[in-house]
Amino acid sequence: MLYESIFVFPTFEVERDYEKCIVCKTCVQQCTFNATYYLPHRHKVVTRDTECVGCRRCEAMCPTGAIKVRRYQGEFKENAYWSPRDLKDLYKQAEQGGVILTGGGNDREYPIYWDHILLDACQVTNPSIDPLREPMELRTYLGRKPDKLDIGYNEKGEPELRTKIPPNLVADIPVIFAPMSYGALNLNMHRAEAAAAKAMGTYWNTGEGGLHRELYPYGDHTIVQVASGRFGVHAEYLQVSAAMEIKIGQGAKPGIGGHLPGGKVDEEISKTRMIPVGTDALSPAPHHDIYSIEDLRQLIYALKEATNYEKPVSVKIAAVHNVAAIASGIARAGADIIVLDGFRGGTGASPAIVRDYVGIPIELALAAVDQRLRDEGIRNWVSLIAAGGIRNSGDVIKAVALGADAVYIGTAALLAVGCTLCHKCYTGRCAWGITTNDPFIAKRLNPEIAAERLTNLLRAWAQEMKEMLGLMGINAIESLRGNRLRLRAVGLSKEEMDILGILPAGA
Amino acid sequence: MSGYRETSGCGLSGIISRKRELIPGEEIIRSIVHLEERGNQLGAGFAGYGIYPQFPDCYALHIMYDGPYVREDTEEYLKSRFIVEHFEGIPTRKVPSIVDRPIFYRYFVVPMELPGEEVSPDDYVMATVMRINEGIDGAFVVSSGKNMGAFKGVGGSAEIAEFFRIDEYAAHQWIAHTRFPTNTPGWWGGAHPFTLLDWAVVHNGEISSYGTNKRYLEMFGYKCTLMTDTEVVAYLVDLIVRRHRLPLKLAADVLATPFWKDIDRMEDGKRDLFTALRMVYGSALLNGPFAILVAWNGGMMGLNDRIKLRPLVAAVHGDRVYMASEESAIRSVCPQPDRVWAPKAGDPVIVPFDDAKDAWEVRGCQALL
Repeated sequence: MLYESIFVFPTFEVERDYEKCIVCKTCVQQCTFNATYYLPHRHKVVTRDTECVGCRRCEAMCPTGAIKVRRYQGEFKENAYWSPRDLKDLYKQAEQGGVILTGGGNDREYPIYWDHILLDACQVTNPSIDPLREPMELRTYLGRKPDKLDIGYNEKGEPELRTKIPPNLVADIPVIFAPMSYGALNLNMHRAEAAAAKAMGTYWNTGEGGLHRELYPYGDHTIVQVASGRFGVHAEYLQVSAAMEIKIGQGAKPGIGGHLPGGKVDEEISKTRMIPVGTDALSPAPHHDIYSIEDLRQLIYALKEATNYEKPVSVKIAAVHNVAAIASGIARAGADIIVLDGFRGGTGASPAIVRDYVGIPIELALAAVDQRLRDEGIRNWVSLIAAGGIRNSGDVIKAVALGADAVYIGTAALLAVGCTLCHKCYTGRCAWGITTNDPFIAKRLNPEIAAERLTNLLRAWAQEMKEMLGLMGINAIESLRGNRLRLRAVGLSKEEMDILGILPAGA
Repeated sequence: MSGYRETSGCGLSGIISRKRELIPGEEIIRSIVHLEERGNQLGAGFAGYGIYPQFPDCYALHIMYDGPYVREDTEEYLKSRFIVEHFEGIPTRKVPSIVDRPIFYRYFVVPMELPGEEVSPDDYVMATVMRINEGIDGAFVVSSGKNMGAFKGVGGSAEIAEFFRIDEYAAHQWIAHTRFPTNTPGWWGGAHPFTLLDWAVVHNGEISSYGTNKRYLEMFGYKCTLMTDTEVVAYLVDLIVRRHRLPLKLAADVLATPFWKDIDRMEDGKRDLFTALRMVYGSALLNGPFAILVAWNGGMMGLNDRIKLRPLVAAVHGDRVYMASEESAIRSVCPQPDRVWAPKAGDPVIVPFDDAKDAWEVRGCQALL
């Protein structure tokens, strides 16, 4: 029998051109999913297609270009209702009786609102601005701002600032690396994010697994997370940070907690998370000291007390149906930054059923929250960070125009260092060395090279954002923030446009 | 949500006598007509200060009506909120080229009884203006300050001046505007100046940040109903200067804020102040090309956008200060000024009346000379 079970059908097939193959066995070495193996008696390398996850590591590393990873050509009988994915998932569950896990972000077909939004440009009546010749400003302050300033005068009669401004983060580009924990990622990836954030004058986020001591020198560029498991949270952790973030929810899996399998918890992770080696790190679904908005307020102020009111506190929530009212409550509970994580956001591990069907698109959530905070006259109180599926600088610009102060990028950052979206992060076997803690595989991710790639990405996006601001006749990003008149919709319903607060193209 | 918005090219001119001598209307007409090349006969307007000395303490409401019925409704509303000391039709002349004209009235009023101590008379008047502009279809408040008034409409600057008999007024300061609207609805409310209380603004340019400015202002109770981007300038100045009590110089530093590269090089206290201004008032930054004149009962300010994408020229002659889109508009009424210069990008030219030099609005700024 070709397959271990008659119900396991492959998703990918690996084609080898044996004319080109020199049997160097690189592919065998590179495959971390045990799909590729060497047959000594035939002096040949072959792939067991059922094990292939489509990560394309073998294809990329093959020195002679002998390998092509393809979608499996065999087909189930055509059925417009039951997709091959439904069938395969169902077979798997019938076989194993478990929850189907996945990694990465929601890959199902839903409307992508970014792609229904187009940008404006200047013609004649308003000169566009060339960012290569004129200053173009992306600097962004994140945190609470007072509604007004009080001004006094010194003895020379010069105006002086009398208002104390609450602590703010200052980012040279409004793009921040999204929370992804040490454990979900390995230390090499954290090293790369920290170095790139520092180089580009922005921030990275530890996620909920604590901060390795080696990275404390990057504290000024680090947002540290406090999640329901409280892993790695201690006074020094809070004190070295630039800002603290309370993680309530994650766009990929709203309403459920995290699970780092014990197998991934090695010595260093154990020390950083403050849990014994080899134990599962389970984050509860809710914070068990936050069952209400007033409880959240207590934790926000506990963190502020612990750090002498010198750092902003962020609260991250998944984009759910009532997100606007929840965000208003969070602003009133004392948060300085609110992170909205849309349903396209990634995860290291989540039940596929949750990732695929829970939450709402970030575009709609962001627009609704920004408008609600304005209706209540409290938009100045908080900064908004949009997260969950930001793919390019165009998405960033559109997010800012809808009302975001900044964005998080997670999946995009992983892609920058080699991720191919195989969605097997939860296995700990990432062939690209990103989401694995196997020291042998993790070496595939060189932190210096990864940092350079992340820096390149941000630099490229910054330049593109400046071009887009310039063609709109804007030379400071704050003049685009919430400027929905510079957006137009194509192919959206009246209701969708009302929620997004944008007009149809041609209007 | 209405997406309709005017964009227009324009010419502007302003004259102020720092000693509050009366400048005949004929002078500002001559100056602005000289800039007619920059307009297209589809809009012009004037604002004069000190033109109603007989009612110095009354708010002078200039109101434009589409017809007689809406006037009745509006007057009923006004009488419920104000004591009307005097009212009359705004005197006009017949001008052959102006055929389709609204009705103009002016009311000299004082607020009846304020709802509470926290509401100032100015706030009360502002709320009335917003209520009429948004809520009463066919009625628009053209100006609402004390001892000042705005006159504007669809037509060339010479016709509008003729129509409103500008030559019969004399003012301590004038600002004027001629328009080149690129998509006009032929609507009189869309002409400049835009006003609120005694703030009057004439503007040449297009505000790229309009959407941001508008949504920011809405948080503070301003309703942008006039379908033209210039409206936000008057409201931003009102918010920052009158309500938030920042001096005008700092308001100019908000509207045309210095670049971060320059702020970073300032000395400590000043850097903190400017950083805070941008952090708190970032949504009030006017982006895109503009030259504006802002007038109020204490004086006049000229300002360019921070990379000077529109022309603005200033000149001084004795106690008179002139600002205009082009030098020719100044020379046409003042052939030999003592000094003529082009203000730098983002550098405000603030000209207080001599008697207003110590007013808090102009504190902390050296006057131009």
